[in-house]
Amino acid sequence: MSEKEIISRLKNIVKPYVQRNEGLENFNEETDFLRDLEINSANLVDVVLDVEDEFDIEIDNDSMEGMLTVKDAKSIIQKKMAV
Amino acid sequence: MNRRVVITGMGVVAPNGVGLENFHSALKKGKSGIRFFPELEKLKFSCQIGGKPEISEDLLNNYFTPLQLRGLNSSGIVYGVIAGTDAWKDAGLKIEENNTPDWDSGIIFGTGILGVDKFREAIHLIDEGKTRRLGSTSVIQTMASGISAYLGGILGCGNQVTTNSSACTTGTEALLMGYERIMAGKAERMLVGSCSDHGPYVWGGFDAMRILPNKYNQDPEKASRPMSESASGFVPGSGAGALVLEDLDSARRRGANIYAEVLGGEVNSGGQRGGGSMTAANSEAVVRCIKMALKNSNVNPEEIDAINGHLTATTRDSVEIENWTRALGRKNRDFPYINSLKGMTGHCLSASGSIECVASVLQIKNEFLFENINCKDTHMEILKFISEESIPKSKLDKEVNILTKSSFGFGDVNAVVLFKKYNA
Repeated sequence: MSEKEIISRLKNIVKPYVQRNEGLENFNEETDFLRDLEINSANLVDVVLDVEDEFDIEIDNDSMEGMLTVKDAKSIIQKKMAV
Repeated sequence: MNRRVVITGMGVVAPNGVGLENFHSALKKGKSGIRFFPELEKLKFSCQIGGKPEISEDLLNNYFTPLQLRGLNSSGIVYGVIAGTDAWKDAGLKIEENNTPDWDSGIIFGTGILGVDKFREAIHLIDEGKTRRLGSTSVIQTMASGISAYLGGILGCGNQVTTNSSACTTGTEALLMGYERIMAGKAERMLVGSCSDHGPYVWGGFDAMRILPNKYNQDPEKASRPMSESASGFVPGSGAGALVLEDLDSARRRGANIYAEVLGGEVNSGGQRGGGSMTAANSEAVVRCIKMALKNSNVNPEEIDAINGHLTATTRDSVEIENWTRALGRKNRDFPYINSLKGMTGHCLSASGSIECVASVLQIKNEFLFENINCKDTHMEILKFISEESIPKSKLDKEVNILTKSSFGFGDVNAVVLFKKYNA
């Protein structure tokens, strides 16, 4: 799967949780889930579950903790999909 | 300072009508909300009927954000949020997106058990070793106070926001708790009410106790028969009712519509002594609760025009009637009018008190008494105490000045409230 494809799918996944729409308009690799999108931190676990379903992978707790930006998420997804 | 408390808004989600107007018209028509559920037949329930409000997807979208709707599987929250939000808007209050909560407004919104279907979902995942798959929605939809928490966030209330629980008295108790908070000068207005989940996991325990009717699965609308000789148990229901209680001065300042005044009431318990038990009421406690409610409201027994009873359609109906006659010192033709909403809605359990309070206030405001549907054959035990004329067999157009409403619950707990027509 191309990086572009992963990022576009990620954008769709986070959409319902986003509380700051400007963040979504400028969605890119540097986008921070909490700071730029203002996703409620409690909802991050839901984002992770949605990512697991979308890419058919499993994201362990350690990986989740490092998932702060779109770039982090992308590399975790790539790594897990390669396994 | 002598405060007075009035009702300025109402919302309701009942098996026979969702929304205040639909419910009002259902009351006037004597419309039943009891239906047969194939799911209960499949699960081998003895009683395969119940009362469940019908909520469309479109309606849900008016009350919940797309995010709130994700994984929402708690019928009590659905019913409570719709009723509570409706009551708030009906009172002419705004839902503001500001940074400061409304410090003068609070919520007491009760339930018996919340999010049973959500909890079942969680139990299955946990037992399969998939706890991490619960996501973030499990706790907030199954904690008892989930309903007051949802409403508190939607409405932005900054006063006390809590959930009470006292079985089938819950809704009436919530109203009295809110009333007391305003009377104590601690809040200007309180959204009070209660909700109850629907479905086999709530109703199954009652089915197992064999206190639900099992002969009406083919004729659901006839099943709930309060005060009737052929009553054979209560039909389980669900839903929510909500009322905005407000300090009279505050209501006047806002120019709010006033439905009725809350005069006062009483809650007590029979202590599961003297004939009282986990499931039956101690009659002395009931009589005392009614007497104290009148005393607290400065009302004499002869001033009562109508009673909205608890009257669930079990053998206890006649005991309740006897208790009313003892407490009021009025019987036979001298007894006030009395009706039971449960003939139309079934017994909405923890939601019953608040839904029935809404029905009571609608009767006062619109000057009518609804029909006791299915009470064509009044129980002989009841006719020993009161006359047929006291039990409306069709809708009665009637000015009602003071109405009293009772609710009783498992654990031998009682609540009685008095409402009065408001004359500006």
